[in-house]
Amino acid sequence: MAQQIHLEVVTPAGAVVNEDVDIVNAPGYGGDFGVLANHAPFLSTIKIGLLTYEQGNDRKSLMISGGFSEVSNNKITFLVESAEAGSDIDVDRAMKAKERAEKRLAQAAAQDDNFNQMRAEAALQRALARIKASKIA
Amino acid sequence: MPSLKDVQDKIVGVKKTSQITSAMNMVASAKLRGAQEKMENFHPYADKFNETMSTLSGGGNTDQFPLMEVRDMKTVELVVITSDRGLCGSFNANIVKLAEQKIAEYEADGKSVSIVCVGKKANQGLKKTGKVRNQFLDIMSDFQMFNAREIAQDVATNFLNGTTDKVEVIYGHFQSVAIQKPVAQDMLPITPLESDEETEKQAVGDYIYEPSTEEIMDVMQPLYLNVIIYNAMLQVGASEHAARMTAMDNATNACKDIVSDLTLVFNKARQAAVTGELMDIVGGAEALKG
Repeated sequence: MAQQIHLEVVTPAGAVVNEDVDIVNAPGYGGDFGVLANHAPFLSTIKIGLLTYEQGNDRKSLMISGGFSEVSNNKITFLVESAEAGSDIDVDRAMKAKERAEKRLAQAAAQDDNFNQMRAEAALQRALARIKASKIA
Repeated sequence: MPSLKDVQDKIVGVKKTSQITSAMNMVASAKLRGAQEKMENFHPYADKFNETMSTLSGGGNTDQFPLMEVRDMKTVELVVITSDRGLCGSFNANIVKLAEQKIAEYEADGKSVSIVCVGKKANQGLKKTGKVRNQFLDIMSDFQMFNAREIAQDVATNFLNGTTDKVEVIYGHFQSVAIQKPVAQDMLPITPLESDEETEKQAVGDYIYEPSTEEIMDVMQPLYLNVIIYNAMLQVGASEHAARMTAMDNATNACKDIVSDLTLVFNKARQAAVTGELMDIVGGAEALKG
C-alpha cells in the first residue's frame, strides 16, 4: 500500500471530506496541481473547478468554488466557500444553469457590462465544473 | 366584583395564551439547536481561516492592500444585524439601542454615519433616523453563505470607492443560552491579525506560495469579510432563538401567575354568590317563622 495523504475539505457549512487518499488533483491559481503524500508545505488559492482524489481504484470528484488550500504535515486542507460531491449533483440543473449563464454572458458582452459579465462567467464556470464533476462520480 | 362568567372567560383566555407561548418556547428551543449546530459546523472553517490569515498578514506590508487602507475617518458605516421576527424580549431592541448610541457618538465627533440593515427589526428600529443606505430583509430565518457574501460585497464596494472610511458590524453576540450581548466589531479597514511570532517564522519560511503571499491575500481578504458577516449572522440566529426561549418562558410563567390570581378571584366571587343565596334562604325562613 502506497503512502497516503490526509484530505480535508472544509466549507462554512461543515467538513465535506475527511479521509486518507492516494492523490489529490485541484484547480490552483496557476493551473491544476496534484498532491501526493509528503508534499512540501504549500499554500495556493483555488479557482472554481473540479477537485478529484483517488483511493486505490476509487476515483471521486467534487465541485469546489472560491477559497484556498494548504498542505502541511502530510495533510491537505481545502477551505472553500462551497463543495458538492459529484454524485450529489443534479446534471439537468447544471446543464440549464450553463445555458442560462451563456446567454447572460453574451448579453453582458453585447452591452459591455463588466460587472454582469464577471458574474455570468463565474456562474458558467460553476456550471461547467458541476457537469464535469458529475461525469466522474 | 366582576361576574363569575367574566372571570371564567378570562381564565380560559389566559390559559390559551399560555399554550401558545409554551409552544413557541418549544419551537424556539428546537430551532436554537439547529442554529447552534450551524455555528459548530462553521467553527473549523473560521478557525483555519483566521490561522492562515494571521500567518500571512504577519510579515506583509499592509499599505498595499486596498481593503486594509487606513484613511482619515470622515464617514462611518454601521452594519446592524438583528432578527426578522420579534417576540424575543429586548434582544433586538438592545442591538438597535447600541446602534443609536454609536450613531450619536460618531455624530458628536463630526463624522457622518450611514447604516446597512440586516433583518427586519433593524430596519424598523432605524428607519426613522433616515440614514439607512441599504437593507437586507427576510433572510435571517434561513441564510446561507451567499447572503453574507452579498452583504460583504455591498459594504466593501462602498469602502473601496471611498464613500465610507470605516465599517463596523453591530450584532447580538451569543454568549450562552441565558446571555446575549449586543456588540460592535470593526470590519473595515481590515486590521492585521495578531499572530504568534514563533509559528509565524516557521510557517512563512517553509511554505511555497502560489502565486505569492500578496496575491493570496488579495483573494483571502474579501473572503475574510464574508466570514465576519456570516459569523455575526450565525450569532444573531442563535441569540434570537435563545432570547425567544427566555421571553416565552417568562410569558408562560406570567400566564400561570395570572391564572392563579384569577382563580382566587373566581372562587371568592363564587363563594360570595353562594353566601348571598344562603342569606336569602335563611332570611326567607326567618320571615316565615314570623
